[in-house]
Amino acid sequence: MEDLGWWGVVLAVVAGAIRVSTPFLFVSLGELLTEKSGRINLGLEGTLVMGAMSGYAISYLTGSPWLGVLVAGLAGALFGMLHAAICSLPRVNDIAVGIALMLLGTGLAFFLGKGFIQPQAPILPAIDFGWWSDVPQVRAALQINVLFVIGLLLAPFLLWVLTNTRWGLIVRTVGDSADAARAMGYSVNLVRLAATMAGGFLAGIGGSFLSLYYPGSWNEGLSSGQGLMAVALVIFARWHPIRCLGAALLFGGAGALGPALQSVGVSQGYYLFNAAPYVLTLVIMIATCSPTRTLAGAPGELSITK
Amino acid sequence: MVDQIARLPRTASPPFPGFSLDSVRRGAEAILIPVGALLATAIVFGLFVAAAGADPLETYSLMYRGAFGTWFSWQNTLQRTAPLLLTALCVALPAKLGLVIIGGEGALVIGGLVSAAVGAALIGAPPWLLLSLMALAGMAAGGAWIALAGALRQFRGVNETISSLLLAYIAIALMNHMVEGPLRDPASLNKPSTPPLGEANMIGSIPGLDVHWGLAFGLIACLAAYVLMQRTTFGFGARMVGGNVRAARMAGLSVTTLSMITCFLAGASAGLAGMVEVAAVHGSANASLVAGYGYTGILIAFIARQNPLAIIPVALMFGGIAASGGLLQRRLDLPDATILVLQGIAFVMILASDTLYGRFRIFQPRG
Repeated sequence: MEDLGWWGVVLAVVAGAIRVSTPFLFVSLGELLTEKSGRINLGLEGTLVMGAMSGYAISYLTGSPWLGVLVAGLAGALFGMLHAAICSLPRVNDIAVGIALMLLGTGLAFFLGKGFIQPQAPILPAIDFGWWSDVPQVRAALQINVLFVIGLLLAPFLLWVLTNTRWGLIVRTVGDSADAARAMGYSVNLVRLAATMAGGFLAGIGGSFLSLYYPGSWNEGLSSGQGLMAVALVIFARWHPIRCLGAALLFGGAGALGPALQSVGVSQGYYLFNAAPYVLTLVIMIATCSPTRTLAGAPGELSITK
Repeated sequence: MVDQIARLPRTASPPFPGFSLDSVRRGAEAILIPVGALLATAIVFGLFVAAAGADPLETYSLMYRGAFGTWFSWQNTLQRTAPLLLTALCVALPAKLGLVIIGGEGALVIGGLVSAAVGAALIGAPPWLLLSLMALAGMAAGGAWIALAGALRQFRGVNETISSLLLAYIAIALMNHMVEGPLRDPASLNKPSTPPLGEANMIGSIPGLDVHWGLAFGLIACLAAYVLMQRTTFGFGARMVGGNVRAARMAGLSVTTLSMITCFLAGASAGLAGMVEVAAVHGSANASLVAGYGYTGILIAFIARQNPLAIIPVALMFGGIAASGGLLQRRLDLPDATILVLQGIAFVMILASDTLYGRFRIFQPRG
């Protein structure tokens, strides 16, 4: 292996940005869709873990990782449905329900996933984009998973759906003014149900990436707040899918900083670098939030920004 | 912001307690609806356990035995109740102002870490002095941790729910860094820890009870929180902010001061839990501090409807459930996550039951 020195760190961070960002990307796009309908789902952390577990279990049992991805998405949609159903009851707080589903999703995943910690399930394939390079690190960095490519295309697609289609308009209307949507004859709860389920579906797929590609196995320490950081990421991206993509890459890079530095021998403060994504999230939120005005681009019905 | 605060669950206790029939009706509503939700939880969890291949009735009887069946299990339960009382307060106090703080785990960890560092630095001092300084340091650290989340909300408008949970992850990373590096006891090989306090410096047991003093701290903190919130001007102001922040401003209350002090007290309470875990259970700070007490505390506070006195029986119940986990694992081969599933179901049921308040005419005041 060639010694790339500090360039190796840069390369590893870029590679990490591509590899680690996929779950962030899927969860944040899902959360964005849900929040556009005027409700916040803090439970996507639980959905992510549930998706990781169910995807891995199905891949192990059937031998097909893609079936695992699908089932992970369906499990996520189921959790989204639960969230939307409880939140549609009057006087129930969506933030609190999200916290509850975070605990329930994690608990269920740990319970059902006990038997799948040991066995190795077939994982998702990667596409080799680095065939032109002789440097092994570059080749490793450009081993790109199909899910990342799908996520890359999903962001502009979601933007198009939200801005240019009738469905997108309905979701945005419900999110900006439930009264206006009601006056137009749309069922606010039904639209939010659909948006939360679709959001859960994406978050479940994001979870399956964790267990089926990188790190590529199922254990109880698999997720460390990615689902929650994605919520903050949506605020940072000001509810814009393309900016979500950029933010997800940024977070992926921050997450890869610790391991990358360790690989060139900087092991001092390894655990501190593990905190980098959380600190980054916090700093970004401090920089973008304001006590006096509503954030530009925030859906009007959203409880978290008022 | 105002709308969000107005939508948050509020305590059902009347501002002026009396013995009129109306207050009895409202009290009955505040007790019977959560009890009903917990019964529904028991049914759903029973079905879940049955689906997992265990006998629900046997599960419940084992849970009772593991929690309250023998004196030994009572002790185990009470040991776990102690930190839960304090972490539940970390949620309940800010909730009075309409703040949803869920980062109690972080305040507990940072409180435990700082108190262990203080303890390690002062080894050799008289135990009473050492423990007092540890408690103060732990409370100050935990308090500062949650006050930071409160300050970000007040001065920057950062959502306190997200920031407090992010701070919890940061606290855990900070603890891992310190026990692996600067504060590591070279003798701790398998489980990196801070230097041990030593047997002589540990918090002893409450005489005749064989349960450490942390339980008494927790109970006193709950009583003090109740008095503070229900019987003092400060508490009145805090509840007013929680009820209507604009009205509170009009009345000349400093929302910033009230929320900063409340957040500090909340964090100090979880920080004290961390100090007790270090000084009464583990003897040093290490990864065992991250035991999920902060998250169970959120659930307890919500079931208790953010009422500090109601936290006591609810914390006892969940302390018992946690204590019975080992027995379920040994006898029924249920994984330890069973307890997490039960907690999750209970949380969902309790929140869904929020919709029932005011629905039953029998609970409504007459006239």
